[in-house]
Amino acid sequence: MIPAAFEYERATSVQQASELLQRFGEDAKVLAGGHSLIPLMRLRLSQPSALVDINPIKELDYITVEGGKLRVGALVRHVQLQNSDTVKQNLPILAEVADEVGDNQVRNLGSIGGVMAHADAAGDYPTLALILDAEIVTNKRRHAAKDFFKDIFTTPLEHDELVCEVVFPIANGPHKYIKFRRRLFDWAIVGAAAQKVDGGWRIGLTNVGPTPVRSTAVEQALASGASPADAAEHASDGLNPSADLRASADYKKHLARVLTRRAIEQASA
Amino acid sequence: MAVTQLIGAKIHRREDPRLVSGHGRYIDDLNRPGQVYATFVRSPYAHAKIQKIDLTEAKAAAGVRAVYTAKDFQGQVAGTHPTVAAFAPEKKTVPDRFPIASGEAAYQGEIVAVVLADTKSAADDAANLVQVDYDVLPAVGDLEKALEPNSPKAHTDLADNLGWDMTLVPWEATDSAFGSAEVVVKERILQQRLAPTPMETRGVLAEYDTFDKRLTIWMSNQNPHFIRLFVGGALSLPESSVRVISQDVGGGFGSKISPYPEDYLVPAMARMGGRPVKWIETRTESIQNTTHGRGQIFDVEVAAKKDGTLLGMRLTQYLDLGAYHGTFGAFQACACVMAGGAYHWQGISARTVGVLTNKVPTDPYRGAGRPEATHLVERMLDRLAQEIGMDPIELRRKNFIQASEFPYTQNFGLVIDSGDYEKSLAKAMSIAGYDELRKRQADLRGKGRYLGIGVSTWIELCGFGPSALAGATAGVALVESAQVRVHPTGSVAVYTGTHSHGQGHETTFAQIVADTLGVPYEQVEIRHGDTNEGPSFGYGTYGSRSLAVGGMAIHRASQRVVDKAKKLAAHMLEAAEEDIVFDQGKFHVKGSPEKAKAMGEVAFAAYGAGLPEGMEHGLEAVAYFDPPNLVWPFGAHIAVVEVDPETGSVKFEKYVAVDDCGNVINPMVVEGQLHGGIVQGFSQALFEDVAYDEASGQLRTGTMLDYMVPTAVEIPDIQLDSTVTPTPVNDLGVKGIGEAGTIAASVAVINAITDAVSPFGITHVDMPASPDRLWKQIKEARGVSATSANGGGGAQA
Repeated sequence: MIPAAFEYERATSVQQASELLQRFGEDAKVLAGGHSLIPLMRLRLSQPSALVDINPIKELDYITVEGGKLRVGALVRHVQLQNSDTVKQNLPILAEVADEVGDNQVRNLGSIGGVMAHADAAGDYPTLALILDAEIVTNKRRHAAKDFFKDIFTTPLEHDELVCEVVFPIANGPHKYIKFRRRLFDWAIVGAAAQKVDGGWRIGLTNVGPTPVRSTAVEQALASGASPADAAEHASDGLNPSADLRASADYKKHLARVLTRRAIEQASA
Repeated sequence: MAVTQLIGAKIHRREDPRLVSGHGRYIDDLNRPGQVYATFVRSPYAHAKIQKIDLTEAKAAAGVRAVYTAKDFQGQVAGTHPTVAAFAPEKKTVPDRFPIASGEAAYQGEIVAVVLADTKSAADDAANLVQVDYDVLPAVGDLEKALEPNSPKAHTDLADNLGWDMTLVPWEATDSAFGSAEVVVKERILQQRLAPTPMETRGVLAEYDTFDKRLTIWMSNQNPHFIRLFVGGALSLPESSVRVISQDVGGGFGSKISPYPEDYLVPAMARMGGRPVKWIETRTESIQNTTHGRGQIFDVEVAAKKDGTLLGMRLTQYLDLGAYHGTFGAFQACACVMAGGAYHWQGISARTVGVLTNKVPTDPYRGAGRPEATHLVERMLDRLAQEIGMDPIELRRKNFIQASEFPYTQNFGLVIDSGDYEKSLAKAMSIAGYDELRKRQADLRGKGRYLGIGVSTWIELCGFGPSALAGATAGVALVESAQVRVHPTGSVAVYTGTHSHGQGHETTFAQIVADTLGVPYEQVEIRHGDTNEGPSFGYGTYGSRSLAVGGMAIHRASQRVVDKAKKLAAHMLEAAEEDIVFDQGKFHVKGSPEKAKAMGEVAFAAYGAGLPEGMEHGLEAVAYFDPPNLVWPFGAHIAVVEVDPETGSVKFEKYVAVDDCGNVINPMVVEGQLHGGIVQGFSQALFEDVAYDEASGQLRTGTMLDYMVPTAVEIPDIQLDSTVTPTPVNDLGVKGIGEAGTIAASVAVINAITDAVSPFGITHVDMPASPDRLWKQIKEARGVSATSANGGGGAQA
């Protein structure tokens, strides 16, 4: 189908994008890679009055390490994360996750800022952001990841607020992200992340609820010396995933436990 | 005699440079001056009364030319949707179907209004402004509940939901087989609904010439002549005034055989509004409204002796018809008559029940009844093998119809032309290393790993179809026509009534003609898909018929050309016709090959002066081929998978397919057909499933995100090989191969999966074998066995 009619402007700077968003008001949307937005518009599930295209904004396209942090501009594409030596050296799990997003077309256009702002429950980066205490920096303020993913497709972003940067800690120790899905380009049915930071495990899950989940019960069990198998039994504690076409709720909880165990074991191996 | 040069040659498809470089001519590539665009307004409900339709806003919208509802088509489109005389003459309830709903919508997606506008986006926008008040009615979904007397009806004015109920062979006929049985196994086998998902969705572009009163329809279709017949009839136009053109078609898989509502409405609107009308189906419309395949439940019982001797089978097929009978939907009941497979049986009892539901109609889809038959018989053989502790291959060998027994009359009276089932099986086993695999399986099981080996020794019937067997092909004689024209300068144009939508006919048919006429391959052009060209009627392409029927018509017409050319050559060489030898495209007098006339020279002479007394000018011929029988390809597939019992994931290790379609015209084309077909079988086994919400009848898989079609990454390497058992049914010795892969593959995969998880006590796995489904089944099976020592398996990967 063809999207409903909308206004369209290209922004070349964050300043200009902010002004355009203010001018167009609440029904406007930011267009980055467009890989979630455009399909929704084509199905007319989303009918924004205007699109502010931020793709020309050069200042949002960078990957740097500064002050002991990995700083990633919002317009960095999956393919850049996947191939970046800076990312591979400082946060290899991020490069590995990027490598498993969608297909080549998606990876060439989809952006990290778009993934964060869209806040799909099945998004992979939000899980990493959450367990690593990343920050989502906008044109207005800094959000801690734990306060950013409020609900499915829901963030504290205001209508004229633009994601500009994601700031991760450096973490290049043992890690593994297991993305369980049927087809290579699919979203995760369930994803499990294990990353060692400063000697302690950070454990997270994707698509087991409306937002990413940090498995503190598993982290605590590991910290008190439990085996990966025993600790992973806690991965489904408190989870209440919804059933969908790919998986029942019970199966998702089961996968949360199995994949968490495997992620810890494989990260440690 | 011409020496065969091109038949059997592995040459590249001549259509591919056009198709792979973006130069195909699909419907959306075509435009007519002044055309307008149609967007259909469809029922969002599975079942609803249409209370009121308000068109005010839509009609007033920018760029809108017209908005129509059912009443506007009165007097424009006559009659109801065609349904072939079955196969199952015992049709009970057959709801009338009009191309646009008036009082009641019976499936989600049924058309209730249509907008014509100057641009596609204006039509889409205005369609959203059509206000329809619906009164939602209970939807019929579940096949068994639909047959209960107190069930809601798929249409409120129907007495029941029983589309047909036909006993092909009564249960008493197998009383003795079951009475003498030492073992009986039973299973319920599900065949989920599948959406055909061709790369090119459907599309119709129609133009009506008001002065000549001629209608031209461009559409994405597998049999343009049938469309001309149906649409011309409904629009009260003589067939001679209707031209249907289907140039390149981006896949059909059976879903582009039957006429659709849009196929009537778009041409009718072109006539009503005096402007060409274009409609291209969206992907969601395609999954929602293009006929689905399968949608069946089989209850099967097999009686046997403990030594593995098969005795009898009893089966009931419940077929989800959808809201209306599919035009060729009854054909799918051939799953019953093919249920015996490659084996000897004392008797088979069969009953087919067609059930009306509030879903889009089902119709033939790649294999149409034969994949279901293969799936059920090959599944039941494994089930029996497991029960009596026999190797599934040994069980098959014990019961095979033997090579010496052909032609073999099977239990439903059909005559299997030829076969050598042992030979293809032995070859597949040798390639797969079957005995080694069994050893490896035992070894891995000891280590808590679950390898499974699945076999499918499939057969099928295809090449539809002899007029004498019209009863077996939904009541329609499916012969085929061809015209071969040799132009004065020797170039050859061949017109076939079949249609190519991926099959490669432009290449393979040219190979046959080049050999038969003895002219260079490059001089032969194959034309199809335009009802204004060639013989007066064509029968289209489906049921793996093009080569065995259409190829034979081409071969015959070519032979007629040779016969005439030979007479003329005799005159030119001043010799008697019986002394003329035709060799390598040249005619010469026996013993004097140095003085020869080439086909091109004879052709030139055929249009000039100096013909023999009484000979008409021209060098062309028409032939219709009515095959004496169907053809019966066969083969053996072996799938090897590993199941992760903890997650229910299935990983392919190996897939071997040894198939036999008789003589081969072009091995590369056969391999391509097998690859595509096998992948569709894998896809049903593991991925695809049209899901509806049970209570509301809402489609849940309306996009390619949710309707799972695998990609190349998910598909294993397929090792192909073949045996060659030419059919005696036609002079070329050829059998169809277009559907074979799909017919064979789903059950090879499911048998492998079931074999892998059999240590848990599992005897059957349904499709699609998703990780969730398998995990649940393993968990439940483990729960049962867990009462003894702490669970079976216990594999922790």
